[in-house]
Order: sequence, then C-alpha cells, then structure tokens
Amino acid sequence: MTEELVTVTIDGLQVSVPKGTTIIEAAKQAGILVPHYCYHPSLPSPAVCRMCLVEVEKAPKLMPACVTAVAEGQVVRVDSEKAKKAREGVLELLLINHPLDCPICDQAGECELQDYVFQEGRAGTRYSEYAKRFSPVEDFGPDVLYVPNRCILCTRCVRFMEDVAEDPVLNVSDRGDRAYIGISSEQLLDHPWAGNVVDLCPVGSLISKDFLHKARAWELDKTASVCPGCTQGCNITIDTRDDIVVRLRPRPNLEVNRHFICDYGRMNYRWLNRGDRIEAPLVRDGGHHVATDWDTALDRLGQLIRGTSGSAVILATGRASTESLGLVRRMLDRISVTAVVQVPSGEEAPLAAVPNLALRAERTPNVTGAELVGYGSDWTAGLLELASAGLVIVLDAELSQSDLNFIAQSPASVVLLGTIFPEELRNADLVLPITTMAEENGSYVNRDRRIQRYNQAKSQPGMARPAWWVAGEAIAGPGPSASAPATAAEAFELLGERWPVFAATSYDDMGFTGRVLMEPAIASGGSKSARVGTL
Amino acid sequence: MGYPHPSHPKENPVLSKHFGDPEARTYDGWVKRGGYEGLKKILRLTPEAVIEEIKTSGLRGRGGAGFPTGLKWSLMPKADGRPHYLVCNADESEPGTFKDREIMRWTPHGLLEGCAIAAYAIGAERCYIYIRGEFTDPYKIMDQAVEEATARGALGDNAFGSGKRIEVILHRGAGAYICGEETAMLNSIEGKRGNPRIKPPYPAQAGLFGMPTTINNVETLAAVPHVVMRGGEWYKGLSLSNPKSTGTKLISVCGHIQRPGNYEVTMGTPMKELIYDMCGGMRPGRTLKAVIPGGSSVPIMSAAEAEDCLLDYEGVVAKGSMLGSAGMIVMDDTTDMVYQIWRLARFYAHESCAQCTQCREGTAWTTRILERILAGKGKQEHFQLLLDLSDNMTGKTICVLSDSCAAPIVSGIQKFRQEFEAYIQGAREPALAAV
Repeated sequence: MTEELVTVTIDGLQVSVPKGTTIIEAAKQAGILVPHYCYHPSLPSPAVCRMCLVEVEKAPKLMPACVTAVAEGQVVRVDSEKAKKAREGVLELLLINHPLDCPICDQAGECELQDYVFQEGRAGTRYSEYAKRFSPVEDFGPDVLYVPNRCILCTRCVRFMEDVAEDPVLNVSDRGDRAYIGISSEQLLDHPWAGNVVDLCPVGSLISKDFLHKARAWELDKTASVCPGCTQGCNITIDTRDDIVVRLRPRPNLEVNRHFICDYGRMNYRWLNRGDRIEAPLVRDGGHHVATDWDTALDRLGQLIRGTSGSAVILATGRASTESLGLVRRMLDRISVTAVVQVPSGEEAPLAAVPNLALRAERTPNVTGAELVGYGSDWTAGLLELASAGLVIVLDAELSQSDLNFIAQSPASVVLLGTIFPEELRNADLVLPITTMAEENGSYVNRDRRIQRYNQAKSQPGMARPAWWVAGEAIAGPGPSASAPATAAEAFELLGERWPVFAATSYDDMGFTGRVLMEPAIASGGSKSARVGTL
Repeated sequence: MGYPHPSHPKENPVLSKHFGDPEARTYDGWVKRGGYEGLKKILRLTPEAVIEEIKTSGLRGRGGAGFPTGLKWSLMPKADGRPHYLVCNADESEPGTFKDREIMRWTPHGLLEGCAIAAYAIGAERCYIYIRGEFTDPYKIMDQAVEEATARGALGDNAFGSGKRIEVILHRGAGAYICGEETAMLNSIEGKRGNPRIKPPYPAQAGLFGMPTTINNVETLAAVPHVVMRGGEWYKGLSLSNPKSTGTKLISVCGHIQRPGNYEVTMGTPMKELIYDMCGGMRPGRTLKAVIPGGSSVPIMSAAEAEDCLLDYEGVVAKGSMLGSAGMIVMDDTTDMVYQIWRLARFYAHESCAQCTQCREGTAWTTRILERILAGKGKQEHFQLLLDLSDNMTGKTICVLSDSCAAPIVSGIQKFRQEFEAYIQGAREPALAAV
C-alpha cells in the first residue's frame, strides 16, 4: 500500500510527506527546525507553548506547526517577520520570570531556552522594574528535583507521566503566572521510567540528582551505544567527561525505545568506571601470577587450548558482545564445548503506553546473541559439566561463591578473560584483561533479534583488549596474520562464516539503529526490507 | 412583567416576559403560559425540519460569538451511531453579564424546553447544563424544574410519549472564568482541569467524551421554543436594522446608570435609547464617558461611539467593538479609565488557565505595568510596551482569553490616552501604592 503524499513548500524548500504529517515534522524532513518547547514526537501535542507558530499562506492567523497538518500546495514560512516576532514575543515572556541562573544550571549548554534566546530572542529585558517570581526547589522523587523558577510550563513531564507512563502523579497546579508543576500529595515521582522527565524537560527545571553539578554539558563527550541493562536493547548515549562515564541518556530509536530509557538502565553505569581493573595479561607461575605481554599470553592460551584433553566449558557474561561470544566459541571449535551465558533476573517494568517496551526480567543485553552463537542459558548445566572438563573459560562472568566452588573442584585449567580479577580465582592459569562494553566496539542482539552496534566511549585500562580480539588472535595462531580481525566489523564478518544468520548484514548495514536478523532461509529470499521481521 | 423593574415600552419582552413572576417557574405555571407546546410540536417533525426552522429564523449564538444556531446544529454528523451531546453553557462568567441568571431564575422550563428541542434536532439523548458555581439560587430553581419536568414526562425516557429519550443533567462549575469557554467546559464536565482545547477537532466532530457535541448558550436555547411556536419568519422579522441580526436580545446593563438591569430589545435598537430611555440615563449631573458593550472582553467604546451605535452584531462591530454577551458596562465622567482597565487586566491575569505562554505571562505583566502607571511610576515607554505586549497576546493563543485582556488595553490607550498621560506626568495623584 502506498501512502498518499502531500507536497508543501517550507521557507522555499519543497518537501513531500505522507498526508496527515504535521508542519513541524514536514519541516524536519526539509531540514528546517521549527523552534518549539511543548511539542515532542513521543508525546501528544497540546500546542501550549505557542513557540512553533508559523505563517501559513492564506491562513488569517499564525498556525501552531505542531498540530497543523500539511495540505497539498501549502506555503509555510518559518522565517517570516510575523513568525519571528511571535517567537521573540514568546521568548521574552518565558524569560521575564526565568532566573537566568545558567552559570549554576545543569541544563546550560543543552538548554532549549538558551539556544532559542541566543538564536532569536531580544538582547535586553523590558521587565527590569519587577522582582521575579520565586518558588523553592522541590524534591519530586528518588532522582528528580523540580526547580520551579526555571519552569516554562511546557507540560512535557505531565504528559509523559499521564499519557506514556500512565501514572499521573504530576499536574499543572494553580492558574495564570502562579502556575507550577504540582505533584500528588500522596505519591512520589518514583515510577521505574520517571527519569525520562529530566530528558524531556527542555530547560533546567527537572534535574537529575545523580547528575547534579557533575559536569557542564559542553565538557561531555557523547557516544552512541546500547543499554547493557536488559534484553530490550534501548539505544543510549554514553556521556563521558575525561574518560569517566557521567550519565546515560536515551538515544531515539522509534522501533526499540522511542525516546526513553528506564531508570534501572539509566543508573546502571558505575561499573563502567571501576578502578580495580586487570590491566595486563597475567600468567600463573607457581603460586603467583606474573604480568606479561600479549604475545606470551596468547602463546600460553594456545598451549592451554591445544593441550586440553576432554571437554571445555565457557561461562560467559551476557554483557559480552556477539563478536566476543562468537569468537571465543570458535576458538574452541576442535573441542567439545558446553557454553552458557549468565542471565541475572529482576522484575519486568513495562512503559505502559509504548508497545513492546519494558525493562525486561533478563537483566543482561545479549542473551539472544549468545544463543545464536551456541550458548545455552542453563547456567547450572555449565557448572555440572565442570566436573569432567579439561578447560574452563570464564568470559567476565560474575561468579557467585557456589560458582567458584564448582570451579575449585573441577580438574579443568582455568582461563579468565575478565575485567575484574576476583580473589577466589587465584588458581586461574591465565588471566587476560578485556574491555567493558564502554571501551570497545561491538554489537548486541536484543530479544527481538535486532542486532545493534555500540561504540567505544572511553579508553581501555592498560593493556586490556576486546575479548573478540583475544579470541581472533588465538584462532589465527602465533605471528602476524591477516586473518585475525583488527576491528569489530571484521570480527563480525567472521561470525557470518560460522553462523549464516549474521551473513546477511554488516556493520555498515546496521548503522545507528540496528537490523533485525532473519533466519537464513528468509534472508536469502531476496527481500531487502529486513525490518519486516520486527513486525 | 419585568425584573427588577417593569418592562419599558421600548423593550420587546419575549424571553423576559415572565421575569418576576414566580408562578412561571413551576411546571403547571409554565404550561399555563403556553410552555412545552413547542416541544410537543417538534416531536412530530423531523430533526431536519426543526433545524430548517431555526435556520430561517436567523437566530445566532447569544454567548458572544454570534454563530448561526441552525448552521451549528446542522454541522452535527447524521446517524453515525455514536452518542451525541448537547451542552448548555450556563457558566455566564463574563463580567458585566447576568442575563442567563435571570432566565434560569424565572423561566427554567423555557430553558429546559429549548434544551429538549435542540437535543431532538441534533440527535442527542443527553443534555448537560453547565451552571456557574456561584449561581446557587438559579441552580436550585433549575434542579427543581428538571425534577418536575421529568416527573411530568416532558423529559426522560419517553418525552411526551414520543419514544424519544431526552435527559437533562445539571453540572455545577467551581468558579473558574475559563470554564465558560466551550472546550474548557467540556474538559470540566469530563472531570478534567478546565483548559481550552485546540480546534480542530471542533466539538461537532469530537466534543464531550470525544463524541459529537453542540454547545449553546442559555439565551440561545431559551429563544428556541419561541422560534418553534411562532415560526422562523416571525423571528426573522424582529430586526430593526441589519437582517443578519434577528430576534430580541437581552442586554445586561450595569455601571453608572439610573436603572441597571436586564433589558430585552429588538435587534437593531439604538444604544442611545437603551441608555437614556429604558435605563433612565446617567445619574444627575453626570455624562457618559465610555461603554464596554459586550461583557468585559471587547474593546471599549467612547461616549460618541456608544451614542451612535445600533444594538446588533453588525452595529457594534461598526463602532469598533463587539456585541459579545451583551453585558453592557456603562461608565460616566467620574470613571478613572486607567484604573478600570487595570481592574479588568487583573481579572484576566487571575483567570488565565496558564496553558499558553502569551496569556499566562502576558496578562500578568500588563497588569503590573498598569499597576505601576497607577502608582505614579509610569513612563512614556510603557505605551509602546503595552501595545507591543497586546499585539503578542492577540490571535496567538488557543482561546481568546489573552485577546480579551488586550482588547480593553489597546482601545483604552487609543481612546483615553490623556488619562494615562496624567498619571505618567504626575498630573494626577497616584491611585495605588507603589509596587
């Protein structure tokens, strides 16, 4: 079915969009940003900020671009004198009671009020004769503070809680210029997805306690990534300052998480900043470990694999990339292997109004990716195998005391590919420092078989390498070799050789929003539209 | 009859004929005066025929906008299988307006009959009457009338044995001016905050509870039984000047006038006759200075404009204002115009629902500027600032509350600039303490 297209001219640019598209979205298609506050593509539009008023030919009044649908042949002016004056008027009115405390405001640098005022606001104030409205800061919930003085009453937060989370704890209280965002007297803003109101707030009115005064927005480096919190695979941005992760924020992906992430995912980043990391390969020499170089360590790894009599066990974290899981598995191709992936669990927390979006019970990102490369999720089955195994590879799994007991009682040689060296694994034969997901490029496959890339956000500690690099070198064998992957993209290509499900896509193809993996039979059917699989 | 004083010979009492007559409030008393005949008559007609009759009459909305009533009814979808609603706007919160109050106080059954006819015409089984919260007395009277009319079979599951279900529900407001705006009223009835909605969708497409809805003012609906009984042609004939304004209009007159009250005049009656003959003119020794003809939301008229104005939709527009709700505020030469405009602005600042930026902040700011001028702290720049803010507040918001705040300010500066100048130049004692 083809959609009916409507052609409109916006600031002289012609654009064809599906019938029913709003002017603001059509302008976006034409590369024109219509300034706005209350509008958000993932929320219903109330058209209250009146910032997006544009001139529409033949219309007697300026029209709100966020709720006005395009019409065939329509001529829209965003940059007309009339529209500009209206916006300047709105900006002036938004500022009369605004504290202008940008120097101490967390939002400064990523504030839409700042941006638009700089772009087209008045240089001076005409409100100098009066004191500004003042209301004290309010504690809204576990991570959210409300600074009413900065509020522009766009109501995005109210609509998110009411229409998306369907937990209407916020409202607009009082009238006129006394109005403010009110909160239920009986409830806190503690919904599992409540933190999104901080991202949605276009100004510094709703702020995160976790991020409070941590960094200035312009000091942050931003990296496109995928949330490692659960199997949903929400797209995120990792914000770092001087190589330290300071916050995670949602990155839009309309097919996975729209514009949202849950609070569990948002707060799940401190492990990425741990200082007690393994920084060099360690080889056991009698009762203690000796730091060594990668050539020596890789030789030792090769010897251990070749010398293994009997079977091998891989105990892997679900946070490992598909490339790492796959290549570590391939590294042991000549041995009988039981590979299992660790799947911690928690309570599922859906976001009510968004279909197929929830904090999932499986609290690790790559369960599906692990399954596709031959890992089971029956952890106990892996542990039981240990009794007769000749080699166990711990791929950064977080081991419990009981897990450690199983390993201690096993005759197997122990190789740890890890970020942290637990005290109880002091009998490991070989310890290889690997990177966390924030320190490498890689991919995760979410529960809907969408494979998504994440990018390196910070440098790795010491000599740590991605686990796929370690395994790739081990597979290629000693000496310089062209077959060892130098990049995650190459590592991914190697997966395709062994597991055809990956062969139909590539890093370029996945882009920033991922690609749904289809069964090879479907993939070879000739259809280019792989996204059909998501439906 | 007449209330609070007998009808003047120049009046044309149609709706107000029984004002002041307590017997007309009862079902039997109303029937004795010819009541409910219109409803019985139309129940034998098709809804289309009823709408045609209203269209013929030229009846226009009496709440302020003056939209043709028959046309409004005809915009309702036909037989779409969804429930339709009629909402009667009895919020009457417009300052200076008190005509609906008297209709509900004296002729509650006349209103109910109008509601029932309209409900039948638009295919609604349920009518909500949204009554201003402060109207305790009218509410009690209406409540009793609904009970009586239902008990007597005029309303209910089977109105006058026609098989039509016509149910009337009274809903009391809680004191917000904005709930008189029709879409805010719908939200309020639904139990939500009384914020005006964006149009489109218009209420006829998606109104109360998302269903097709017609909203009519009390006076409009009260006129309907008369149109039905005496014919659209008769009603159309009630026009002294412009054929686009037909029928009679209740004018609420208040302020500096000898006999304030409601006056029912034929459309096109000169305002001068209303002020000087019917209302008895100014108090002794005083002269007319200004009139706000249509409730507080319309531009102010100077005395000269008022005295030359015909009371109908077009006549008032020709003099630079609007008929609005026809709540006429008359001001004599003792009036401090700056103070009055400030008082109006303060009202709008207080009542702004806070949705739209221009209204929320603009009404409050303009109030403060006027306050400053009254406190003797005004500056020449304040003129430009007030006019510029008023421009930003006009035609840019969801509803017209901020336009209504701007209208008296702009017209006030245009017509009474010297009074502002007097405060700014220190020629007049400050009326307010410094802010």
